[in-house]
Amino acid sequence: MTTAQISPDDSRRGGHTSPLDGSPAPSRDARRNHRSWPERVLGRHPVGILFGLPYAVFIAIIFAYPLVLSVYMSFHRYIFTAPGVGVPRPWVGLDNYRTALSDPLVRQAFLNILIFLVINVPLTVVLSLVLATALNSAIPLRSFFRGAYYVPYVTASVAVVGVWLFLFNTDGLVNRLLGSLAPNPSWLINVHWAMPSIALFVTWKQLGFFILLYLAALQAVPKELYESASVDGASKWRQFRSVTVPGVRHATTLVTLLAIVTGANLFTEPYLLTGGGGPDGKSASPVLVLYQQGIEQNHPDVAAAIGVLLVIGVLVIAGIQQLLERD
Amino acid sequence: MIALGIGAFLFLFPFYYMLIGSLQKRKNPSLAGVLPNPGNMTLHNYSQINAAISLGRTLINSGIFTGGVLLCTLVFGVLAGYALARLQFRGRGTLFAAMLLLQVVPFQLITVPLYVLIVRNYGLSDSFLGMIAPFAINSTAVFVFRQYFLQLPPELFEAARIDGASELRILLGVAIPLVKPALLTATLMTFIGPWNEFLWPFLITKQHNKQPLAVALSNFITTTSATAQNPFGAILAGACVLAAPAIALFLVFQRKFTSTDIGSGVKG
Repeated sequence: MTTAQISPDDSRRGGHTSPLDGSPAPSRDARRNHRSWPERVLGRHPVGILFGLPYAVFIAIIFAYPLVLSVYMSFHRYIFTAPGVGVPRPWVGLDNYRTALSDPLVRQAFLNILIFLVINVPLTVVLSLVLATALNSAIPLRSFFRGAYYVPYVTASVAVVGVWLFLFNTDGLVNRLLGSLAPNPSWLINVHWAMPSIALFVTWKQLGFFILLYLAALQAVPKELYESASVDGASKWRQFRSVTVPGVRHATTLVTLLAIVTGANLFTEPYLLTGGGGPDGKSASPVLVLYQQGIEQNHPDVAAAIGVLLVIGVLVIAGIQQLLERD
Repeated sequence: MIALGIGAFLFLFPFYYMLIGSLQKRKNPSLAGVLPNPGNMTLHNYSQINAAISLGRTLINSGIFTGGVLLCTLVFGVLAGYALARLQFRGRGTLFAAMLLLQVVPFQLITVPLYVLIVRNYGLSDSFLGMIAPFAINSTAVFVFRQYFLQLPPELFEAARIDGASELRILLGVAIPLVKPALLTATLMTFIGPWNEFLWPFLITKQHNKQPLAVALSNFITTTSATAQNPFGAILAGACVLAAPAIALFLVFQRKFTSTDIGSGVKG
């Protein structure tokens, strides 16, 4: 469903250059009558096949085949073997899915990611839109501010995780500042605060990227709309609500979708910030459980089932979001 | 304006603190520890992290990994982007559709089968080839290239073809020189990916001398850091080394890193 939503958008934007049928009109008719057979079979520029081949092979080997294999694994009993060693891989139907869903850790992980998304996605959309709007107006030090918000995004998660551990430690700077207001046990080892802390971390880390997306979208909002709105006496807040927000609607859809996908991919932060998904599995993410099941505990078939469930979950959430935004 | 300032402070402070923390002789989490204190400053943390995970070796590994991805993306990505924008051939529609589909296939779905294939079937664990393979061609970059090639006037290409130039010659002599900004954008966008990537190299490298810095540092955080004298200092020193190249590159090219390029790239 997401693809269907994206591809028409693309052909609309590229419409004047006709992305899928880019042949210039004048010579087309003349050529059609005299096409030789390779031209008919391979197209007008057969060399394109050669140019596109490495990319096509990459897609086939790295994405298409593993995708099919993933679904296959999730319906079979699959164990790791040395290359060439034949073992039976019987069809087990939904067994792997049943195993996955009856595991309380897996269920907890899916619940955790929902908590994560409920905090992260609205926060990301609101903060990045507001900050992008502020950065889009003529203010002093604009490029400094843009840079400041962008730095966490370009930095490796593993690197900034180090500082956050330092800041949110039991005797870290944040707790020193908060004094008795600090949660006990501290943020990342607190069953209630572990997942929200991770959600805040990821919001902070990714915000720059989403600000950039909104900045691009804001360029496309016609200036005249703001002018006529201010002539009509609309306040800044009113202009933001009636001109900016509707003007960047497509970007909001994209930001929401990307934030959901980023959230579903969550692995590094629970693994490093909370020592492998603690406390009590309260910060484990589905990808973390998938890693533990598939690679640490040697159940790649169950892990594949978790992967398929996760993707179905993402598609369902994205679908609901699409329906909500339609009206 | 004030809100922006507070926000910028919240975004930059951790990086400042990272640097301060990496220079502290003893961990000082109190408020006074925020300011540099000459009596408590040392470069010892850097030598300590270097002794634990060999910064030089892991930086070279990160460099090979990132360089390999960049090279493949630039060479094969430009070829594919040009073909998708300017050449008519059988299968172009399919390739274009596959590219769009790729942007929504979540990597986590294929993590396990890809691990099975690359590690178990092809025996590529602890190898740069296995590390690079899943990221070899960045589809977002292909999309950016295609968009730039589409913006060039078609007459340019027709004229070159009438002059009898081969497509490769047209690409190298006419098209690429006109889309140099796209090459820079794609390079910056692609660089961040493998340099910061953690999960995949973490999965397939077990030997220390093949691990990129991000993986080695995370292993230090989760296992050996307890044995170090000032573990946080050592972690933050490693973090500074890992963060510096990406931030430096970004600061140098910030002006080229424009919102419209990224926007058009991701909208794919």
